[in-house]
Amino acid sequence: MKIAVIVFPGSNCDHDAYHAATDVLGESADLVWHKDADLKGADVVVLPGGFAHGDYLRTGAMARFSPIMREVQAFASRGGPVLGICNGFQVMLEAGLLPGAMLRNRDLKFLCEHVHIRVEQIDTPFTAACRRGQVLTIPIAHGEGNYFAEPDVIARLEKNRQIVFRYTTAGGEVTEAANPNGSAASIAGICNEARNVVGLMPHPERACESILGSADGLVIFQSVMQSLKSGALVGGTRQA
Amino acid sequence: MRARVFVTLKPSVFDPQGRTIADALHSLGYSSVEDVRQGKYFELDLATTEAAQARALASEVADKLLANPVIESYRVEVE
Repeated sequence: MKIAVIVFPGSNCDHDAYHAATDVLGESADLVWHKDADLKGADVVVLPGGFAHGDYLRTGAMARFSPIMREVQAFASRGGPVLGICNGFQVMLEAGLLPGAMLRNRDLKFLCEHVHIRVEQIDTPFTAACRRGQVLTIPIAHGEGNYFAEPDVIARLEKNRQIVFRYTTAGGEVTEAANPNGSAASIAGICNEARNVVGLMPHPERACESILGSADGLVIFQSVMQSLKSGALVGGTRQA
Repeated sequence: MRARVFVTLKPSVFDPQGRTIADALHSLGYSSVEDVRQGKYFELDLATTEAAQARALASEVADKLLANPVIESYRVEVE
């Protein structure tokens, strides 16, 4: 498996994703500069966390104009698996790869803590190795992770089973107290209708080794490895 | 011409910053300030002397970039 980690000016979790892919999982990865126009034959694309373009105007708003995003859009539309983590998720929303938008956290605080998220859907390339209802302990680190979409959009996400992760208690219960940032429907992550594009606010790449407090994030990367090996994924550059 | 673009959160969108500012004003004794909504303000210097053209251009860039239609709406003034 070859992972392309996109590097925007201001990305700061790019090396975490690269480390998880290479040192922890032993896969191959490339750091791809945002001005490049080539995904270098990647099987998977990761839009990492950070503050792309300083988060000027709105979080993720400028990154969609980076030249590499044309390639990422094309890769996604061919069915290639794309994972957006934190700021990468915000970039996906601004780029129209996923519906909705991010607001400031409900209590305006930047939140940096481990949270529990429940896997709602296991038919995406990034959750295929999970159990449905599995609760993962994964850190969040964001000031604007309060997911918002109009009620009709939320209803459509529910109907199409596009809500992939929700914030819950350790026991997997959705409660207001377990929702750290005020996200609509306790949404921590969603996918597109084709299910190959997944965005989430928590950081699985920072939870791949027990020395970091949790290794629960590994299953996200193992899922996409499994999906690629099983041939469940169509599209991507290799198949194109 | 100069265009001014005011971007605000849509009425259906909760504005935690505006709420916090309102709370701060209340603690300063301004109890008659019932609500605050925070927004963004842009000044665009445009190479046109036609008001209609300036308005159309400012609206186009607001649609494409300055405002996120999922959460925000905008208003344009030209002079």
